[in-house]
Amino acid sequence: MKPFLRTMGAIVWKDLAAEWRSREMISGMLVFALLVVFIFNFALELSPATRSSVTAGVLWVTFAFAGTLGLNRSMAAEKDRGCLDGLLLAPVDRTALYFGKMLSNLVFMLAVAVIVMPVYSVLYTVNLMQPGLWAVVALGSLGYVSVGTLLASMAVQARTRDILLPILLFPVLIPLLVAAVKASSGFLQAIPMEEIWPWLNLMIVYDVVFISTAFMVFEAVVEE
Amino acid sequence: MDAKPKLLSVLDVVTGVLMAAATLAVFFYAPTERVMGAVQKVFYFHVAAGWVGMLGFLAALAAGVAYLRTHDAKWDIIGLAGVEIGMAFMLINIVTGSIWARPIWGAWWTWDPRLTTATIMELAYAAYLMLRQGIEEPDRRARFGAVYAIVAFISVPMTFLSIRIFRTIHPVVIGNGGDVPGAEGGFSMTPKMTQVFMFSLITWSVLFVDIFWHRIRLGKLANRVEQLKLKLGGRTA
Repeated sequence: MKPFLRTMGAIVWKDLAAEWRSREMISGMLVFALLVVFIFNFALELSPATRSSVTAGVLWVTFAFAGTLGLNRSMAAEKDRGCLDGLLLAPVDRTALYFGKMLSNLVFMLAVAVIVMPVYSVLYTVNLMQPGLWAVVALGSLGYVSVGTLLASMAVQARTRDILLPILLFPVLIPLLVAAVKASSGFLQAIPMEEIWPWLNLMIVYDVVFISTAFMVFEAVVEE
Repeated sequence: MDAKPKLLSVLDVVTGVLMAAATLAVFFYAPTERVMGAVQKVFYFHVAAGWVGMLGFLAALAAGVAYLRTHDAKWDIIGLAGVEIGMAFMLINIVTGSIWARPIWGAWWTWDPRLTTATIMELAYAAYLMLRQGIEEPDRRARFGAVYAIVAFISVPMTFLSIRIFRTIHPVVIGNGGDVPGAEGGFSMTPKMTQVFMFSLITWSVLFVDIFWHRIRLGKLANRVEQLKLKLGGRTA
């Protein structure tokens, strides 16, 4: 167990250090996310009346789109400079590589959410700073990166990788996004907890199922 | 391998006869439903096609697991065959459903869990085919195909569940006699209807086996052609 955690930690540390020096992934995702919010503003005419019902949808579409940018970048960086081959040569458990990449992708997703949500709150004077909503963001991001990291590591090895990732990812992501949107708007509209729980439960099941699936099949994705 | 197996030829004929018999039974033996009229007859094909589609995807899932365990190329051929057949029949299922929904629900399409799930499934397996297309190396293509077939199939029940928590209007005919609150266009099957329904289900399952066999055989032959081409290319170069 210990070498597994050490490998994982090393991968996360490497990704965070590289990101800290270049700052290209988070800044890219962030600017993109804010642009999507602004486009929605004009496309949907977010007047106060419509806003309360569509806020959750706007947020999750924004995260889902920005997330694919980050996932593609994160795996392409490994592939293009031969870093992935180096990692595979290392005598470590390969699923530790998966969990390391997944965790650093999770950090990037959450970093974007931590900035976008307060900005959204200020722009539209809604209070997004609720613990329940953050729990939804955490569960949703975890599910997103668990399946996203697996599929991105396949997509970068294909010829058509930039188009491929969203096409592979979104059909599989639908249950998670539906549940995340429903749970978020539940918290925003202060719906009683009993009606939000089914969605939270669905997200938890999704996270568990896809993390364990990825755990079992990741070997097949990276072996040469 | 090269000659077409006798059993397959026999199966072709049996399938043809059964399909003709099922079609005749649907139109002349099964009674016309009293509220919906003739359009209800689409149900016999609609459900059977959906069933065959699911069989195809299930076969792809099983083949995916088998491939990851054994790395035997034959499972890859079987997986691809399952997905292709599954997609074709799911499409029949969606289109026949639309034809029925137009007069009964008054719309070609509603955002019901079953309709939505079937279509998302279709899109997921279209992604499977695109993934395969983007990879040249056969071994890697087979591995990624197997992984995605597993991931896609696992997501299907969750997609269904997530949309199910919304209200549904799709009738549940099998099981509880169409007594779903809020369902529109449900009906109870008379004994004759049940007979025809079971018969068409069996017929379409035989059709599935027949087409599946043909598709696997085609896949094997295509591989062989590929190998012969490589051999030939090597000699002339």
